[in-house]
Amino acid sequence: MRPGAMSPGDPLVSTCKHQAPDSSQQISGLEEYSVALDNDEAAEIPEPSGPGPDQSRAIETEDGMWVLAEGLGEQGVEEGNQGAWNSGSFLVPYIIMLIVEGMPLLYLELAVGQRMRQGSIGAWRAISPYLSGVGVASVVVSFFLSMYYNVINAWAFWYLFHSFQDPLPWSVCPLNSNLTGYNEECEKASSTQYFWYRQTLNISPSIQDNGGVQWEPALCLILAWLVVYLCILRGTESTGKVVYFTALMPYCVLIIYLIRGLTLHGATNGLMYMFTPKMEQLANPKAWINAATQIFFSLGLGFGSLIAFASYNEPSNDCQKHAIIVSLINSSTSIFASIVTFSIYGFKATFNYETCLSKVILLLTNSFDLEDGFLTTSNLEQVKDYLASSYPSKYSEVLPHIRNCSLESELDTAVQGTGLAFIVYTEAIKNMEVSQLWSVLYFFMLLMLGIGSMLGNTAAILTPLTDSKVISRHLPKEAISGLVCLINCAIGMVFTMEAGNYWFDIFNDYAATLSLLLIVLVETVAVCYVYGLRRFESDLKAMTGRALSWYWKVMWAGVSPLLIVSLFLFYLSDYILTGTLQYQAWDASQGQLVTKDYPAYALAVIALLVASSAMCIPLVALGTFVSRRLKKGDTAPVA
Amino acid sequence: MLWLLFFLVTAIHAELCQPDAENAFKVRLSIRTALGDKAYVWDTNEEYLFKAMVAFSMRKVPNRERTEISHVLLCNVTQRVSFWFVVTDPSKTHTIPAVEVQSAIRMNRNRINNAFFLNDQTLEFLKIPSTLAPPTDPPVPIWIIIFGVIFCIVIVAIMLLVLSGIRQRRRKNTGPSEVDDIEDKCENTVTIENGIPCDPLDTKRGHANDAFMTEDERLTPL
Repeated sequence: MRPGAMSPGDPLVSTCKHQAPDSSQQISGLEEYSVALDNDEAAEIPEPSGPGPDQSRAIETEDGMWVLAEGLGEQGVEEGNQGAWNSGSFLVPYIIMLIVEGMPLLYLELAVGQRMRQGSIGAWRAISPYLSGVGVASVVVSFFLSMYYNVINAWAFWYLFHSFQDPLPWSVCPLNSNLTGYNEECEKASSTQYFWYRQTLNISPSIQDNGGVQWEPALCLILAWLVVYLCILRGTESTGKVVYFTALMPYCVLIIYLIRGLTLHGATNGLMYMFTPKMEQLANPKAWINAATQIFFSLGLGFGSLIAFASYNEPSNDCQKHAIIVSLINSSTSIFASIVTFSIYGFKATFNYETCLSKVILLLTNSFDLEDGFLTTSNLEQVKDYLASSYPSKYSEVLPHIRNCSLESELDTAVQGTGLAFIVYTEAIKNMEVSQLWSVLYFFMLLMLGIGSMLGNTAAILTPLTDSKVISRHLPKEAISGLVCLINCAIGMVFTMEAGNYWFDIFNDYAATLSLLLIVLVETVAVCYVYGLRRFESDLKAMTGRALSWYWKVMWAGVSPLLIVSLFLFYLSDYILTGTLQYQAWDASQGQLVTKDYPAYALAVIALLVASSAMCIPLVALGTFVSRRLKKGDTAPVA
Repeated sequence: MLWLLFFLVTAIHAELCQPDAENAFKVRLSIRTALGDKAYVWDTNEEYLFKAMVAFSMRKVPNRERTEISHVLLCNVTQRVSFWFVVTDPSKTHTIPAVEVQSAIRMNRNRINNAFFLNDQTLEFLKIPSTLAPPTDPPVPIWIIIFGVIFCIVIVAIMLLVLSGIRQRRRKNTGPSEVDDIEDKCENTVTIENGIPCDPLDTKRGHANDAFMTEDERLTPL
């Protein structure tokens, strides 16, 4: 045993006073096992004879795991709000996908972590030395995620700081230069869109026009990284405590918003839209694909953080119960948040619909000099018919300007990308009373969710770094965290340029999606076929004392891999059918989004993103194979 | 004769004030939209007030101080309520140029609005754009102030944590060396006082305390 490493049986403990081993020593003790495993006997997994995690820490990490899952779930809610749920009939596919895909895969990851008792890299190395690339790929994906995700926090900070003004800056358009009217771009778009595209992002017309770094979002990004650094400074112990706060506080705000949202005028329209399943949308496979992807990301599968958290659990811990509870909490949070979202959505749609109607009424009243207040929403149709019949020529002049207002079309409008969280909600908030309060609450909640997710991500990156003895010998923990934050912040400055939002969309759409699917597929196949499902089952039974139900076996071995493969095939066919990849660019002259093709170098970046994490798996396998061959070659002549 | 003159005057008036006449402006009021239940009825008295307000605005223009209420002509009042008006010169034969009327109305828009409890949107002068109030910009944008406060708090917190971490590590660095020494010392059964290995102490000159010497037997040999 390494000198200095403590164990309860050590007689020195009772007489000579020492400091209790802290978690860093414990983790390095586990690291030793993974070093020992490299020597060929990967099949034999020694029982850790070091100090077992004490009960209190196990409980803390259990709860930490739950709040991590909730935090990731709320991140998934956020991502889900970013376009995956622009149809009202997502409930049915969501629940089915949860039962078929979410729970089994979550249970699998927790079981692997609890069984192998190591972080993601070590755990997969324990299953098979050729597969440690899976853990490396998870770390790479987490690295990409942390690079771009903090920009959302920067935007949330920006909106939060701007919420302390009366009136809210996104509720009124700025005036043009000679003070006779409003800014042209703002007139064509809406004031919330103008604030988002022009004053927050200062977006350029296409991805090629880079522009310079905008100092305001850059400042907010620096602040966001400082806050993240503050939380992870002390390592996993302090992160656990912060995660409690950042995961529970949004619940309070959500409840307040629920009460406010349900009492809004028009909220019931949104709720009815959410709960009525539309048969034709259910038949569309895209709804199922979206639900499956949504479950994936909201549960945080494939990031390695679940394995890392579960490795701190007691071996006899009932992880099946945990998996079910965590996924249920996660999905009920999502549904709860979506109720709030849809009630606010309904309010916004109703408000826009009524504004549209009053514009039509005003137009007709002015053109025909009708008495003010004569036209109301109830008699609008009759009066229109009467006018059409009595003054046909004048009516046909006015007709092109009359918009057809429809509540359905307002509810159906989908906003893509992160814009949803910022544009739709701010548009709804500006119409509420005491809008400053609601705005502050909402962006504070968004910040909590975002920072909670960032903590999980950075913990996933930092754990292997601080565990590796090479680095931790030279640099203290604070310096490693600081360096990681600094590098990510510097790279994140790319997203604060004028074209930054387009690069952000690239990262958002491609950095994590395909790679995570691949990682989880390899995980499932590895556990079921490489390690052996029967062997894993007997391990679990020996560890927890409970037999594995047939349902999990069927799911792990058959249904889930098939599902993931079909998701893959769908994405590939989608890409092949549409030919090239396209993106939405903001056209300032028209005041709306237009579709453009990605230039070649952007496509290259996309390919690099996907490949760099996916290629880890075969590359590391190849490397292990080669190094083993070399070692065998070295030892053969000696023997 | 008088009747003839009367007809002549009304004919001229009718010519001067017509929809789309030269120097005529259309006005549109939305009283019910603005006031709801407290809306007043638009009658000739209200028209008189309107004429008075326009005359008042014109009197503020240099060279036009002699404008009377009778110089303002209203016509084509509809149910909307909307009408056209012109301002004539004292001879009542010509109308005052539109530019002058426009600038006069723009200067006094607020007074006119307030007289009728309306605002720029509900009392519209078509073709006379209203001057929009510029938003008040504080000298330092508010968001920078809040940003600065939170930034300083975060920096201070980071400094505190880093410093306390460094201090803790310094304490721990002297600790493990004591641990190793203590291990050796325990094997060599040398006394320890307050964690300071006694080896550096000169045992010859130091005073060996018998009470502590007997503790050696409690140490189990490794």
